Amino acid sequence: MTEFAGSQHIIEIIYLIASALFILSLKWMSSPATARHGIWAGEIGMVLAIGGTLLRHGIVDWKWIIIALVLGTGIGIPLGMVQMTAVPQRTALSHAFGALCVTLVGTAEFYLRTPNVPKFMMSVLSMEVILGGLTFTGSLMAAGKLQEILPQRPITYKGQNLVNFLLFAGAVGSSVYLVLHPEARQLFPLVIGISLIFGVLLVIPIGGADMPTVISLLNSYAGLSAAAMGFVLDSKLLIIAGALDGSSGLILSVIMSKAMNRSFTNVLFGAFGQVQASAAGGQEAKPVRSATPEEAAAILEAANKVVIVPGYGMAVAQAQHKVRELYDVLTKKGVEVRFAIHPVAGRMPGHMNVLLAEADIPYDRLIEMEEINGDFPQTDVALIIGANDVTNPAARSDQSSPIFGMPILDVDKAHTVMVIKRSMNPGFAGIDNPLYYFDRTLMLFGDAKQFVGGIVRELGGGH
Amino acid sequence: MGSNLIDALFVFMLAAFIGFEVIRHVSPLLHTPLMSLTNALDAIAVVGAIVLVGERKSQFATVLGVIAIVAATSNVVGGFVITDRMLKMFKTSRAIKK
Repeated sequence: MTEFAGSQHIIEIIYLIASALFILSLKWMSSPATARHGIWAGEIGMVLAIGGTLLRHGIVDWKWIIIALVLGTGIGIPLGMVQMTAVPQRTALSHAFGALCVTLVGTAEFYLRTPNVPKFMMSVLSMEVILGGLTFTGSLMAAGKLQEILPQRPITYKGQNLVNFLLFAGAVGSSVYLVLHPEARQLFPLVIGISLIFGVLLVIPIGGADMPTVISLLNSYAGLSAAAMGFVLDSKLLIIAGALDGSSGLILSVIMSKAMNRSFTNVLFGAFGQVQASAAGGQEAKPVRSATPEEAAAILEAANKVVIVPGYGMAVAQAQHKVRELYDVLTKKGVEVRFAIHPVAGRMPGHMNVLLAEADIPYDRLIEMEEINGDFPQTDVALIIGANDVTNPAARSDQSSPIFGMPILDVDKAHTVMVIKRSMNPGFAGIDNPLYYFDRTLMLFGDAKQFVGGIVRELGGGH
Repeated sequence: MGSNLIDALFVFMLAAFIGFEVIRHVSPLLHTPLMSLTNALDAIAVVGAIVLVGERKSQFATVLGVIAIVAATSNVVGGFVITDRMLKMFKTSRAIKK
């Protein structure tokens, strides 16, 4: 036994180093200047951890491990090379894969150990497969919605919350029974089945605008299920990585719900869409002022300070490169151009920053909401591209608005507001935006990419 | 078993606190790469799957384990690749003018 114990210690020390590297990796992510060291630390940690595991004495079957590692790498590379606009659905998909791994390992461990599963072991094992199962299907649903294979509109029905609650209670109840009677192994597939269905039903009622919160929450669940797996396998490395991922997801979800003035339970059980649909009716045909690309270009050229507010519509229209050309031509003419980034703009945390960085817009021009809001009164033009709710002044003043209380970008305080929008159609979110009827607001109707391209041509830039 | 469990709970608690402290300081600018990086790190669950397959405990375990390794490895590789691509794009005004 002593020689095994010796190699076991070496492996534990390798795991210890890997854990430290994971923590450093996240620490270096705090600033763009050091972030790429973070990737190196993470990669070295990962190679050490996998290498250390292969050293384990009990490993006898190499063939399947190698085949699986190669296959996984083959799938992983194209998933790493997707377009930047597809990053939200790629992220959701990878949460699903992570959760799948955890659920499968949990299932295999159960059948290897049953019926002799100690109570604590059975509890964490249940937690692992419940969280893993619901994260797996929930993330697949989220990815489907983001990829627009599934309708982005919230799907709701009467008694939805009750059904969800009963399902969850069913999964927990069966697990409790299993903890007390681990020999009742026929209950285990039930626990997994319910968790999988629960994941689907949990994400169905959630609309596109709530995706940043949901993705963060699923991220957190994926981490917690991995930590639970660490308890089952008695692996501190897994517990640490899972806890880091879990807390990261949790922090992001809290930031996202705050930015939407929503509570967690509201996001999960609120089904936002219904309220909005009813609020959208009624008011029709108020006069708006519209402008052509020529007029918009003249106003922008005459401005000193311009703030561009990007939203999901910019991503959909793939307009970020045209926006960069606009930024270039205006900067060349001596106009100060900055970008105002709302925390929930887009479909996942930080979505707009990545798209604008991809278009080569320097990150020191991307300003967070709290920092830029005070500057709007001194701003000549606020140009809104495909953003809606995050600029809606009703969130400040109209108590009946479904988004009342949500922190917004104070674009209405700028001297001139220009909004690029396809039409006055409120879209699937369906909240009327009083901003569009202000005297200082000019509506620029058209596709974001074409319209910005038109402005750039007028200003004599672009190609 | 008992003391192992308590040790594990301590480790979990400390790691969660470190996670909160470290991640609170991540700039919102980098929230998307942060998520793809934590995703890659989380796929360390692959070690559990490797042990499962390597120890050849049962055919059922091997099948599930192989699928699990494939899923987790694709996260490791894909997660690091895309995080690296994203971070390469973040440049300052000075770097772009050059």
